[in-house]
Amino acid sequence: MKKQVKLRKYHAPVWSEPIIMEMGHKGERGILMPEAEEELKAVVGDAEGYIPREMRRGELPKLPELSQPQVLRHYEHLTQETLGMEETIDISSGTCTMKYSPKVNERLAGTPQVTEIHPFQDEDTIQGILEIVYKFDLICREISGMDQFTFQPGGGAHATYTNACVLRAYHDANAELAQRNEVITTIFSHPCDAATPSTAGFKVITLMPDENGYPDLEALKAACSEHTAGLMITNPEDTGIYNPRVEEYVKSVHEVGGLCFYDQANLNGILGIARAREAGFDACHFNLHKTFSSPHGCFGPGCGAYGVKKELAKFLPTPVVTFDGEKYHLDYDRAHSIGKIREFFGNIEVVVRAYAWVMSMGADGLLEVAHTAVINNNYLTKLLMAIPGVVRHYAEGKIRLDQVRFSWEKLKRDTGCGTVDVQNRMVDFGIQNSYSSHHPWIVPEPFTPEPCETYSKEDCEYWAAVLKQISKEAYTNPDLVKTAPHNSTIHKINEDVLDDPKKWAMTWRAYLRKTKKRMIENL
Amino acid sequence: MMKGKPFVHPYIPNSVPEIKEEMLREIGVKDVETLYQEIPNRLRLKRKLNLPEPFLAESELKKHVTRILSKNETCEENLNFLGGGCWQHYVPAVCDEIVGRSEVLTAYCGEAYSDFGKFQLLFEYQSELGELLGMDVVCLPVYSWGMAAGNAVRMASRITGRNEVLLPKTVGPERLATMRTLCQPLAMPDHVDIKIIGYDTKTGLLDLHDLENKISSKTAAVYFENPSYLGFIESRSAKISRIAHANGALSIVGVDPISLGVLSPPADYGADIAVGSAQPLGIHMNCGGGTAGFIASRDEEKYVAEYPALLISITNTVEEGEYGFGWCTWDRTSYVVRDELGQIRNQSKDFTGTTSNLWAIGAAVYMALMGPHGFEEIGEVIILKSHYAIELLSKIEGVRVLFSSNSFKEFVVNFDRAGKTVKDINKALLKYDIFGGKDISKEFPELGNSALYCVTEIHSKEDIERLANTLREVLVQ
Repeated sequence: MKKQVKLRKYHAPVWSEPIIMEMGHKGERGILMPEAEEELKAVVGDAEGYIPREMRRGELPKLPELSQPQVLRHYEHLTQETLGMEETIDISSGTCTMKYSPKVNERLAGTPQVTEIHPFQDEDTIQGILEIVYKFDLICREISGMDQFTFQPGGGAHATYTNACVLRAYHDANAELAQRNEVITTIFSHPCDAATPSTAGFKVITLMPDENGYPDLEALKAACSEHTAGLMITNPEDTGIYNPRVEEYVKSVHEVGGLCFYDQANLNGILGIARAREAGFDACHFNLHKTFSSPHGCFGPGCGAYGVKKELAKFLPTPVVTFDGEKYHLDYDRAHSIGKIREFFGNIEVVVRAYAWVMSMGADGLLEVAHTAVINNNYLTKLLMAIPGVVRHYAEGKIRLDQVRFSWEKLKRDTGCGTVDVQNRMVDFGIQNSYSSHHPWIVPEPFTPEPCETYSKEDCEYWAAVLKQISKEAYTNPDLVKTAPHNSTIHKINEDVLDDPKKWAMTWRAYLRKTKKRMIENL
Repeated sequence: MMKGKPFVHPYIPNSVPEIKEEMLREIGVKDVETLYQEIPNRLRLKRKLNLPEPFLAESELKKHVTRILSKNETCEENLNFLGGGCWQHYVPAVCDEIVGRSEVLTAYCGEAYSDFGKFQLLFEYQSELGELLGMDVVCLPVYSWGMAAGNAVRMASRITGRNEVLLPKTVGPERLATMRTLCQPLAMPDHVDIKIIGYDTKTGLLDLHDLENKISSKTAAVYFENPSYLGFIESRSAKISRIAHANGALSIVGVDPISLGVLSPPADYGADIAVGSAQPLGIHMNCGGGTAGFIASRDEEKYVAEYPALLISITNTVEEGEYGFGWCTWDRTSYVVRDELGQIRNQSKDFTGTTSNLWAIGAAVYMALMGPHGFEEIGEVIILKSHYAIELLSKIEGVRVLFSSNSFKEFVVNFDRAGKTVKDINKALLKYDIFGGKDISKEFPELGNSALYCVTEIHSKEDIERLANTLREVLVQ
């Protein structure tokens, strides 16, 4: 970093909005719906007559009563108090690939030709939707080397769950389900690679890293047996380290009759470089809300595009989109399918955005995405490794791809300020709090930046400068960091409430009940 | 792209060759290929991806995608009577405005210090839905109603230590299929056996006698829907809950939240867990992409402990009078599924992840706009309009509306005496720009040649009359 980065002044918006349940006045209306026409009422009479007495609502719901401008103002204030990816340099949320969601795609997904479509419409009337789903399937096949995709999973974990269901169906078809009850994953794969096979009924074996940070190959070989249903792993893992021997892992599992699933929620660094097929995997998934630019929406709707080799295609959830050379169809008649993992056929609006994004990129564009993501990451690494207190575990001398798991271990030891303190302080600079790591923290005091292709060289430098400043503060004035945030919408939160059944409140009604009870108790 | 011109993409600032070279120099490598040295050659794709030529100009991209999408016909241009779990209701402009704001559209997993507004919005969603349902705990969305119902059944199974659920045959088939997937096949350890209860084909109501016969000490829960998939109101809901409770089982009810201004909140008739879809609350259909399942219950520790989804709790801060928010019992979730040695801690408590929170935000805005009177009025107007449709369709030669019991917005129309299949009738209606009701003749063969029609507040008296008149015409053709 040659030139000095000048940090901007920042303070988050503070509106001190009441909870909507406390707002408004009796009689105010936010919107009116059409009334029943008089002639119609003359024919059918009163609505009440159609509701069995015992099923009539006695008291109206205690919802707020507000006029439209007041509702709008309240929610606009709340949105302002949210640090969206577009409002900040969101290198912070590593593994999530916070890339730019092109505005033109938002316009396209927001047209009535997407929003005002019912999933049970006649096929002839949704040829546009089916064409996009089918063509995007072809695109995903080429990017992965798999033979068929479904876009029904509504997120990454939903896709890994779908894979666990496919494992069940596959071994059941071979009459081996009772015997094959184990799924193997790694600790640096997303927790959903453990949680979803567990939800599907499998025992889960988790491989821990060896001294170089790779999943322990000997442990894998020892875990493989006639009980193995499959392997569910990422590569590169959350550490950013690519495992060059990945086919040996795949081979070991194949040799005992298991299937291998490649969690590619984040594919960004190897788009067009390496594919699931060449590494021998039987199935994989891409998060369209990560690598393929659909916005994250505060946690969805997303899409976990799930692809399989042709031997497994018959197990995909119903329906699948087919093309007869002239028209597109929805095939619901699939005897071997795992059935349904949700109603209808997926978050179509997400698929439309992802299709548009790939069509704005092409093969050269996708390769450019991977290249710049990896260059950005290695450039940022260089900047971060120069910051006092930052360390990086594992695989010394190995080049990371699109993200790195760093550690504030040294900072914590030197100053008492750990990764959570740094996170809270980052917010004071208008930068999204850095993502640490999934549980458990194998790397102590972790943080995992991911400077994907969206971020400029200056963005990387600014982000690093914020961390450098916080490190400096930690060494000179640790209290400033520990008491952060100082420029946020709110002050330090009382976290004890969150796990206390007497105090937690998921709704306003529960909050009123509990605070009232406490007031009476305190009298 | 001009031949020989460098590839500079507007979404990728560092695609400018000079910037890239400078960065590579700083990194200390000669080219980007060096950065990929960890990926062995044998695992590389040794050719360019074979993808369609891109549209690098935004105007051309827009034209391309618009041209494909224009092959769709929408429920706005046509008169739509399809429902069955995804429904056409009016989406207020204010809902679109807030859901489209870049802050919430593009935020993800920031904590409350950076994303405070997101937390308050989602807490307000939980609070408002809690009022409609009469329940104190509501979680953030799961993927769909069927997922919510399956999750709830598995919660009940863990709470009661039993592994059987009873549900009426009238449950929506796609929902049921989703529940079956979650309930695991017989060979798996946490298999929950789904036992089907019969129904009265005259009224549609659940067969209480059959329920009494099948319920036992193995039953974890009775699941039923109100209004049902087939549209009728399950009038003996309190009785069903009582039977469940008398046998130590939970009562789980699937509800349509837009009905709750006029229909009893499920808590009032004994539901222990309520589930459903938030899609009717200001979310566009999106070809089924507008679904967002909800789960709600009483505020008891044993229930909260079994939720698979995320829960936001209100709390306070060090500043007097300031609200704060955070994750209630985070350690319960699948994000904390493993301990330090990699061992599973929460076997089979289901999973969470990226779901449909943007739709919860849309629903929060919708419920605030509607208020108590909005929900009362929309419930009434839907009932009046759907019954007007029932009245008119019943008068058509060869057409019968099944079930004598009361319905809400959907109802079953039988064409056995019309001499035409639902498929043919719907094809004919399509020529008049009408999307006829969903063909359920395969889903419910015992109901014959029938379709599920849906009428909501968006249908005017003229729309309903147009349907009746066109149907009459089509049936004599």
